[in-house]
Amino acid sequence: MSEVNGFLIKIQNISKNFGDVQVLKNINLLVEPGEFVALIGHSGCGKSTLLRLISQLEVPTDGQITLDDTVVKKINPAVRYLFQEARLLPWKSVWENVAIGSKDRSKAKAFQALQEVDLANKAEEWPAVLSGGQKQRVSLARALAGEPKLLLLDEPLGALDALTRINMQGLIEKLWSDQKFTVVLVTHDVSEAIYLADRVVLIENGKIALDKKITLARPRVKDSSFAYFERLILDRVMKTNEETASKASDQIFAI
Amino acid sequence: MKGKFEVSDLLLSWSIPGVALLFWYGTTLGQSSTSLFPSPAEVGEALIRLTQDGTLAKNIQVSTLRAVAGFMIGGFIGFVLGVVTGQFRVAEKILNTPIQMVRNVPHLAMLPLILIWFGIGETAKIVLISLGTFFPIYLNTFHGIRYVDDSLIEMGKTYGLNRLELFKDIIFPGSLSSILIGVRQSLGRMWLTLIVAETVAAKSGIGFMATNAREFMLMDVIVLSLVIYALLGSISDYAAGLIEKRVLRWHSNYRNT
Repeated sequence: MSEVNGFLIKIQNISKNFGDVQVLKNINLLVEPGEFVALIGHSGCGKSTLLRLISQLEVPTDGQITLDDTVVKKINPAVRYLFQEARLLPWKSVWENVAIGSKDRSKAKAFQALQEVDLANKAEEWPAVLSGGQKQRVSLARALAGEPKLLLLDEPLGALDALTRINMQGLIEKLWSDQKFTVVLVTHDVSEAIYLADRVVLIENGKIALDKKITLARPRVKDSSFAYFERLILDRVMKTNEETASKASDQIFAI
Repeated sequence: MKGKFEVSDLLLSWSIPGVALLFWYGTTLGQSSTSLFPSPAEVGEALIRLTQDGTLAKNIQVSTLRAVAGFMIGGFIGFVLGVVTGQFRVAEKILNTPIQMVRNVPHLAMLPLILIWFGIGETAKIVLISLGTFFPIYLNTFHGIRYVDDSLIEMGKTYGLNRLELFKDIIFPGSLSSILIGVRQSLGRMWLTLIVAETVAAKSGIGFMATNAREFMLMDVIVLSLVIYALLGSISDYAAGLIEKRVLRWHSNYRNT
């Protein structure tokens, strides 16, 4: 499976308000089919909201999002969402949880997806006996069972320990390069974003502040060119931080 | 190892009833049979006598049928209304206030009204038991459904589950432990209501057997009725416990215990 079968995402003039607060301001972003894009930014910058808008968990205040030129109106079965918590149903066995991801609740597809995340041996267990990393792998299998064209990852590795995290990053990259779906990853870990993504998009105060292609060869190693990108993006993230900080102090002086 | 544990658990859980029985036996030893409290032996004789002439089996059957019928009707209505008010805010607004008002009237206080409306036949008793078992199941179903983890429902929606699937796969199993608490409370109220209904107005059943025995000062039969109530109550509680263990076996509290 080398051909690209991911969605083309067009985000056009998207704004989102929660009450009086404007979380996203006129965002425009194009994600190519099969591309891996990472959204980074400080917490509360609106990156998760953008992900929820793409999945139609939220409705935009203004603008529109299209997947392969179809306007997103309702939840699309070819779009799969991975939450920060695994969100497995504790009263269903592992394979039954995975089967929810396939349209016909097929046991065969569930087992195949579990095979891909290397957890076929836990298929008959209850989710409660799994470790945090295993739970997140099951939820990844559940997303894969539906043969997605777009995977939305909302900090799914945020709660995992460092070693499990590295394993999961490798697994996600491998599955992505095998199946060629489009991925949008939300993370606050710059290093993780550079390790995984073709492109890193920084969101600051509801706007896109930086859109940087990562031109490193895969599989990526943390060498000097990796460090170059890391430095570049981190500097940019910290700069906006200083700006807002100095703006705030200006205001104090003005008073 | 496991078998040993079970035996010692059984001994522990029956230790107090066992001591009580010994105490009962000791204090009633050597008294005349016309006393105010019969000895275990006399109650045992009553048990044999009533088993042989068939009244005991007949009365237990009548009482159990009433209890089960009332529980099924009350529990079913409570469950359905709990689901409706738990799922739909409009239904909650319309139904919750009147249901809470009725709840604050002790259901046994409605006995005179029910006797006038339905007479002393089976209907009156079943209606009263239904009323008694309705509220715990209604309340616990309602709360169970309201407190189902929202993040799981959101997950279900992103995976395209329709309303029915959301209920079947997420909302119902998620509220089941709460519903079963309601079932246990209802079982307690079921026996209580049955005893009252059968004592006040009945021509059969364990309660009638006890009331009738009072007329003839048959102390042994009265005490036997109490023992049977205690046993029936424990049996239903035990059955509810087994069901809980089975349907909540995914829950860590119920695993390997």
